Amino acid sequence: MRSVATISENSAFDVARLRADFPILAERVYDKPLVFLDSAASAQKPQCVIDAVSHCYSREYANIHRGVYYLSERATQAYEDARVKVQRFINAASEREIIFTKSTTEAINLVAASYGGATLKEGDEIILSHLEHHANIVPWQLLRQRIGIEIKVVPIDERGNFLLEEFEKLLSPRTRLVAVSHTSNALGTITPAAEIVRLAHAQGTPVLLDGAQSVVHGPIDVQALDVDFFAFSGHKLYGPSGIGVLYGKADLLAAMPPYQGGGDMIKRVTFEKTEFADIPGRFEAGTPHIAGAYGFAAAIDYVSAIGMEAINAHERELLDYATARLQEINSLRFIGTADDKAGIVSFELDGVHAHDIGTILDREGIAVRVGHHCAQPLMDRFGITGTVRASFGLYNDKADIDALVRALGAVREIFG
Amino acid sequence: MSALRELYQEVILDHGKAPRNFGKPEHVTCESNGHNPLCGDTVTIYLHLDDGIVEEATFEGRGCAISIASASMMTEILKGKQLGEVSAMFERFHNLVTEDEAACEGGFDSEEFEKLMVLSGVREFPMRVKCATLAWHTMKAALQGGAEEVTTE
Ligand SMILES: Cc1ncc(COP(=O)(O)O)c(C=O)c1O
Repeated sequence: MRSVATISENSAFDVARLRADFPILAERVYDKPLVFLDSAASAQKPQCVIDAVSHCYSREYANIHRGVYYLSERATQAYEDARVKVQRFINAASEREIIFTKSTTEAINLVAASYGGATLKEGDEIILSHLEHHANIVPWQLLRQRIGIEIKVVPIDERGNFLLEEFEKLLSPRTRLVAVSHTSNALGTITPAAEIVRLAHAQGTPVLLDGAQSVVHGPIDVQALDVDFFAFSGHKLYGPSGIGVLYGKADLLAAMPPYQGGGDMIKRVTFEKTEFADIPGRFEAGTPHIAGAYGFAAAIDYVSAIGMEAINAHERELLDYATARLQEINSLRFIGTADDKAGIVSFELDGVHAHDIGTILDREGIAVRVGHHCAQPLMDRFGITGTVRASFGLYNDKADIDALVRALGAVREIFG
Repeated sequence: MSALRELYQEVILDHGKAPRNFGKPEHVTCESNGHNPLCGDTVTIYLHLDDGIVEEATFEGRGCAISIASASMMTEILKGKQLGEVSAMFERFHNLVTEDEAACEGGFDSEEFEKLMVLSGVREFPMRVKCATLAWHTMKAALQGGAEEVTTE
C-alpha cells in the first residue's frame, strides 16, 4: 500500500488521485505491484481515454468525411473537433495547420519526403543534432539517398548539452532545413529551441522540432516558438497509439506536394489528372485512426484539466528526487546531466550490462527501458551500447523511485 | 528471486565477469560476427580447425552477462571437438535453452555438456534466449564460412 508520505509535496498536484485514473497501475506483475517507469516509450492511458475509444466504437463509429448519414456525421465532427483540440493545445494559428499522422515517425517522414523532396537539391545541407532518435535520422538519410543532400550534426558536450555555438558554426547559406529534437528521449536534454529557431530564421532556414518528448513534459506554444514544423505522437501523451500530429505553418504546408495518394486527399480524380485537396486533407490519404482521434482528444482534455505547467512541476520534482536518490548508489553513472532536463534519467551501473539490470528490475515489477533507446549514434558518442532509462509520467510518485532504488540494490546483490 | 537466481548462477556471473578464451588467436581458419540489433550487443567467434577438429576457439565482443558467459562456456567446450560433435552440441544447446526439460534429455551424452545446463535458466526469460544463443549461431555461421553477419532478429 502506498503511504500518505508518497503523495507529492506539490500540493496542487494530487498524485494519488491521478493514479486512480489509470486502471493499469493497479495491475500486479510477477505478483508485485507494477512500477511503471517507461512513459517516454509510451504512456499508460487514463480511464477517460479508454472510455472515449470505447464510446466511438460502441456508439458513434463510421467512416469519416464520406457518409451523409448520422453516424458518419458524428464521427467526422468528433475527428475535426480533435483537430481543433490539438490546435489549441499547442497554440497553432489555425486547425488547418494540424495534420493527423500515425505517429511522430510518420510526421517526420512526411516532411522529409514532401517538403524535403520538393525543395531540397543535391548539395543542400540540413542540420540534425547528436541527440536524435532514429525517427529523426533515417528519414533524412533516405532523402540523402534520393537527392544527395548533406547531413550535418550538431555535437553535444559530455553532459549531453546541445552546443548552440557549434550549431551556429554549422549554419550556412546552404542549410535548407534544421531538424532537431526538442527533448532527447534517451538523456532528457531539453534543447534551446527558441534560440535554434531564431538563429535559423535569421538566415531564412525553417526548423522542424521533434516534439515527441517535449509535448508531454510541459506546455507547447508553436507560435511563441515560431517553429515551422512540430511533430509528436498521441501515445506518449496518454492517448492511443496509431495517431500523431504534424504541425506545419500554413504557407509551408500549402506549398507542399502530397505525401501519399489515395482517398480523402483529393478534390477530383480522373485517370488523366487529380486535383489535390487543400490542407490539412491533402496530407491525410485514406481512412485515418478515427477512434484514435476520440482517445487523443480525451487525453488532451485530461492533461489540460490537470495543467501542463503542473505536470511539468511534478515531473521536475520527481527528477530532482530521483537524481538525488540514485546518486547515493556508488557504482552508478548518469548518462546525460544537461542543464535543462525533462523527467528522464539514464544511467549505467559499473560492471553490469543494462540488459541484465532490465531483467532483474522486471522481476521486481519495475518497467524501465534498457538499451540504445533508438538513439545509437548518441550511445556511440558516449562509447556505450546502452543505458538503463527511467522516465516519469504524471502518475509517477516518489514511491516508484524508492522502488527503483531498492531494486537496484537487488541487482548489486546478484552481481556483487 | 528464485527464477533470477536460477538465471544468474555464480558460474554465469563468473564467466560474464572473467570470460575465458577472450581475444583473437594466432591461427584462425574461420570466423564470424554476430549482432543483436535489439540491444546492440556484438560477438566475434574465431575458430582454428585442423583436420576436422577444433584446435582453438575464442571470441571477442561486448554484451550482457548471459551472452558473454554463453560465448565463454561455448569456447571452452568446443576445444578438441570433432565437427560432427559440434553440430550435435549446437542442436542440444538450442534445445536446452528453448525446450522444456523433457525435450532436452538424452540424445547427446557428455558429462562436459552438463556444465552448460546452468544456462537453462534462460528458458524462464524468453526475451533473453537470444542472448544465450547468439554465440552458438555465430559459431555455426563461422563453420559454414558465412561472411554475412549473424543477427538475432
Ligand atoms: C524523441 C523521439 N522522437 C521520435 C519518436 C518516435 O515516436 P513514434 O514511435 O511514436 O513515431 C520517439 C519515440 O520513441 C521519440 O522519443
